[in-house]
Amino acid sequence: MLDLKGLTKRYATGDLALDNVDLTVPAGQVLALIGPSGAGKSTLIRCVNRLVEPTSGTIKLDGDDITKVRGNRLRQARRQIGMIFQNYALVERLSVMENVLSGRLAYVGFWRSYFRKFPQSDIAQAFRILERVGLETMIDKRGDALSGGQKQRVGIARALMQNPKLLLVDEPTASLDPKTSRQIMRLICELCTEQNLATIINIHDVALAQQFVHRVVGLRAGAIVYDGPPEGLTPEILTTIYGEEDWTTTHKDSDDEEKSDKKDVEAALLGGHP
Amino acid sequence: MSASNAQVDHARIAAAKQGSWRPLPLISNRNLRWGLNLAALTYIVLVYYSVDINWARVAQGMDRAINFVGSFFTPDFVTRGGEIAVGLRESLTMTFVATVIGIALAIPVGLGAARNIAPRPVYFFCRTIIALSRTFQEIIIAILFVAMFGFGPLAGVFTLAFATIGFMAKLLAEDIEDAQNEPLEAIRATGAGWLQWINYAVQPQVMPRLIGLSLYRLDINFRESAVIGIVGAGGIGATLNTSINRYDYDTSAAVLLIIIGIVLMSEYLSGYVRKWTA
Repeated sequence: MLDLKGLTKRYATGDLALDNVDLTVPAGQVLALIGPSGAGKSTLIRCVNRLVEPTSGTIKLDGDDITKVRGNRLRQARRQIGMIFQNYALVERLSVMENVLSGRLAYVGFWRSYFRKFPQSDIAQAFRILERVGLETMIDKRGDALSGGQKQRVGIARALMQNPKLLLVDEPTASLDPKTSRQIMRLICELCTEQNLATIINIHDVALAQQFVHRVVGLRAGAIVYDGPPEGLTPEILTTIYGEEDWTTTHKDSDDEEKSDKKDVEAALLGGHP
Repeated sequence: MSASNAQVDHARIAAAKQGSWRPLPLISNRNLRWGLNLAALTYIVLVYYSVDINWARVAQGMDRAINFVGSFFTPDFVTRGGEIAVGLRESLTMTFVATVIGIALAIPVGLGAARNIAPRPVYFFCRTIIALSRTFQEIIIAILFVAMFGFGPLAGVFTLAFATIGFMAKLLAEDIEDAQNEPLEAIRATGAGWLQWINYAVQPQVMPRLIGLSLYRLDINFRESAVIGIVGAGGIGATLNTSINRYDYDTSAAVLLIIIGIVLMSEYLSGYVRKWTA
């Protein structure tokens, strides 16, 4: 589905954000991209939909090389790639419905979108998705009137409106409380399975990632240092990815219940799984 | 300042422990601080002695000022009522037409002058237009346009529209540059076209400010129309100029009161509209 070969990004400042990354994500797979801040996670997913221009390497979506496409062909490529953001990235002064319908912009002409005259099928689909995420009564609320979890649901709905083949998710839970984080992660993963989407999720919360995803890729200083199942994240591997730290509280252990109260509190603070 | 902050001031920390703390002075060098204070004081004293104020003349002038202000209590709206009405209508027409044309032209220039959405060459081109428009004071532009188009409101409309472009485009561009980046990225990521991107991601973020600024510019243009009328660009300014030349201060007072009234009205209106568009 998505095929990255030798993807490299060097910023104008000279920082090497991505160093020769090879990655293949098949349809229906939910992949968590973990790594310390500055490891290049955001750069990687922004290279895929060309919000950031890669320095070298190729990006293939369903066999089409989209590394260098411009203009209309770039728009065609982007509309197949949904994106969900850390801070929701809603246009706050637009209504929930307008935000969701903005996922259809690459499918309709300018005047149609300007007068908000979207095809009936688009509006019906938007309503269906809003029902799915539990916001169908909010269609006329303005973006800034929603809570964090609700905003992220609208962000998810907007991405799904593109009928994407690939979903890029940038820290979806970083601004949410632990309960909402779980709900949002569950929703994203369920939707991806339902619609057979290839998905890359950037995430800091390792325990949360382990709970939901099929595959984990660890990035350190722009290079892949781990690629395997979530169960394979041993303390040694986490040390390779993040550096030295006591990983026992973050790691998903069966004997969690028997640990002291102090450890439980630490686990909760780390967003761990008690 | 950062250099001196780099090392820890143990005396300050010890004092703070005892409960004695003052904020750090803006200028950390004590001699420089007092030197600057002294320099400022010296400057004020020198200025006072160099201006050479003649208090007797000031007292004399006060009488005249009181007479002038007094004429505001006997404004004459009636004697030259016809001329005032014509001038007023002309000024209001000029103001509206110039504001609409100016804003229509300022929007594309403002989009082009926003660093975060315009390509570099377009950015420099649009910034040049803004700089040109803002360099010249309205009166100078009015003199130029009066020479080009002759006396009358046409020159006034061109003057005000030209000044509006620089003002609106600059402030609009700054508001676009301050817009949240994430929604801009998000709409771009959907594959939206450029115009759709402007319409969905940029416009909602800058609309309240654009409306507020437009109303503000409308009221600036009305005030300016009174000034540029004096150099021949028509409107209420021409009426005002004529009345002053005729020593007809009661009519002048009437004109000024009308200008004040209209500006006040526009002030209340824009406050109301800003609340409504928030």
